[in-house]
Amino acid sequence: MYKQIFNKYSPEKENLIYILHEIQDNHPQQYISEDAVTEVSEYINVPRAHIYGVLTFYTMFSTKPRGKNIIRLCESPPCFLKGSENILKKLRETLDLGLNKTTKDGMFTLELCACLGVCGNAPVMMINEDVYGNLTEDKIDTIINKIKGEAK
Amino acid sequence: MSLVIKIGMASCGLAAGARDIYSAVEEYIKTTKSTNIELKKTACIGMCFAEPLMELSSENGTTTYGYLNAEMISAIIDDFASGQPQTENVILSDSLEGQENETLKAQTRIVLRNVGIINPESIDDYIGRNGYNSLQKAIKEMTPKEIVAEVKESGLRGRGGAGFPTGLKWQFAAHEKSNKKYIVCNADEGDPGAFMDRSVLEGDPHSVIEGMAIGAYAIGADEGYIYCRAEYPLAIKHLKLAIAAAEKRGMLGRNIQGTRFNFKLHIKEGAGAFVCGEETALLASIEGKRGMPRIRPPFPAQSGLWGKPTNINNVETFANIAWIIWHGANEYAKYGTEKSKGTKVFALAGKIRNSGLIEVPMGISLRDVIYKVGGGMKTDKPFKGVQLGGPSGGCLPADLLDTVVDYDSINNTGAIMGSGGMVVMDSSTCMVDVAKFFLNFTQNESCGKCTFCRVGTKRMLEILTRISEGTGVPEDIEKLESLAKNIIKGSLCGLGQTAPNPVLTTLKYFKDEYLAHIEDKKCAAGVCTHLLTYEIDEDKCVGCTLCARKCPVSCISGKVKKPHQINQEACIKCGACYTACKFDAITKS
Repeated sequence: MYKQIFNKYSPEKENLIYILHEIQDNHPQQYISEDAVTEVSEYINVPRAHIYGVLTFYTMFSTKPRGKNIIRLCESPPCFLKGSENILKKLRETLDLGLNKTTKDGMFTLELCACLGVCGNAPVMMINEDVYGNLTEDKIDTIINKIKGEAK
Repeated sequence: MSLVIKIGMASCGLAAGARDIYSAVEEYIKTTKSTNIELKKTACIGMCFAEPLMELSSENGTTTYGYLNAEMISAIIDDFASGQPQTENVILSDSLEGQENETLKAQTRIVLRNVGIINPESIDDYIGRNGYNSLQKAIKEMTPKEIVAEVKESGLRGRGGAGFPTGLKWQFAAHEKSNKKYIVCNADEGDPGAFMDRSVLEGDPHSVIEGMAIGAYAIGADEGYIYCRAEYPLAIKHLKLAIAAAEKRGMLGRNIQGTRFNFKLHIKEGAGAFVCGEETALLASIEGKRGMPRIRPPFPAQSGLWGKPTNINNVETFANIAWIIWHGANEYAKYGTEKSKGTKVFALAGKIRNSGLIEVPMGISLRDVIYKVGGGMKTDKPFKGVQLGGPSGGCLPADLLDTVVDYDSINNTGAIMGSGGMVVMDSSTCMVDVAKFFLNFTQNESCGKCTFCRVGTKRMLEILTRISEGTGVPEDIEKLESLAKNIIKGSLCGLGQTAPNPVLTTLKYFKDEYLAHIEDKKCAAGVCTHLLTYEIDEDKCVGCTLCARKCPVSCISGKVKKPHQINQEACIKCGACYTACKFDAITKS
């Protein structure tokens, strides 16, 4: 199943993090399944325990299915000082969603993350690979509606 | 008249809406059928607070406009082209009164020499600004020994935080005898509030590549890695493009510029682990393992990647190298103080007016950084403290604002220079809360190897939490200090050794606040919710019932059109009533 990805990397331990990134990015639910771990373990010939060790060490990998759009709100002090708490509240209300949960339609997952390095425009969040800054509660509506609109 | 328009499209610009501005200019060119306008992308000039930005230049001069939206674009271009440029929203200008002209004048841009000026996706733009000439000079006219000597002479110290002399580090790696050596760039910038490296990688990736290539030649390495955090997708994209372009032009790869020097460069992406900024953890992560630090010695210079001699420097350090090789060590050493030479890039964030990126000579005072270059406070509230060096650093109060910025002066205060993040706080910030945040951060990011770092930070966090919740006892301060001491002593790597710094510095400079929380059960900044009391001012309350309806625990009672009351025993201090009240009838104390 992951042959295409494996073809890009030689079966060496040093490529493990690359392979895991690619598997996760290519999965529609943006996570690494148990089956995937087994296949990677066979491909690079390391125990599954080692792979789980790596997988769970790094916060960006997920072993649970997630939504199509991952919202990652920065929880660092510069964003906090500029009101990220209200943005979180607004996101939870708008999406009717708890932290680290996924909407029923599988559209959004809400997470907090470490500093995104866009502190000059705090508060900031990232949806997939796009950064949104100078957030206000009104902007959240616009951004979420736009993504919902594009999906239709 | 020909016109060049540049849009700042780094992450900060994009976050503020630069893509819409770019489209608006494209649209303008299309509808007006202009043939004399050249539209270009660039990165961040450092004025993040005014993003999105647009720079227009013609024979009449150059002007940068800020705080833009798409609707403003066509009028700005029309007026600029007609020779009657708009005077509103001018940020920088050589012909008009720019709001921030002084901000840029107060800076010395060596690391940021090209950032926000060139198109980072174009190697020709980089070469056009003296790019790769230093590499050619180094490999054709200098011996590796001469390069090490030059870097040593310049006085450059590691910009990642610890400030170890770069030339000396290179010398250690150069002295090792081995058939294989590596050079590694640490681009795992994780300190909350720091974004210097992101800006350099996004805005001028070739300067880092050139610095690494020169370093590789100097120490005798033929392979290198840039370890970049995965939170920076645009930086990774620009690096990939830059490496491919440099290979094509013969600046990387085999027999570089016809010499016998070979250098192959790879990018490794992190996956979200702060501890990987520690060099031995970073090396473990490159090898595909959990990023856990190991004991030193042996230092990476003796045994690094796969056991081979390895030299690791930070992004900003490498970005200095080409400039030093071209202009000479003496020129570089003209800037700065006796023991801290050159310039330093700082990321200004928090309650400061000009949040963004600046580069200043070492030796400038914190006061000048914040009030002169940074434009002072953003709010009417007074300055309270500045956090330097992220979770490894400390908070300095107003009476230390005259401290000069160099490694040793800042270390003397108990904070550290760190990688260059400065988070400015005003009187609405609670220092116990700030210390709690950073400790929570290091607690989460501790890899778990050393007991004191793993468990000790947790115990400290519990104490801080109870202080902020009003159940702290006077002995807590002593306990915090003693735990801090042991964590520093009992941790293997920098993460643990510096984790107590935010607590120690706030205890040192803001002890009154801790005492107010513990003894009087008061949080002067009004941040620690458990210590707040919400009350309804009977004179102001009109009895609209909104607060009672918003209260999640139904602890507000009262008749319609009559003043309401809060049952203090049931109140959970969530503040919902305070935010909901339209008559300012609810007070927080």
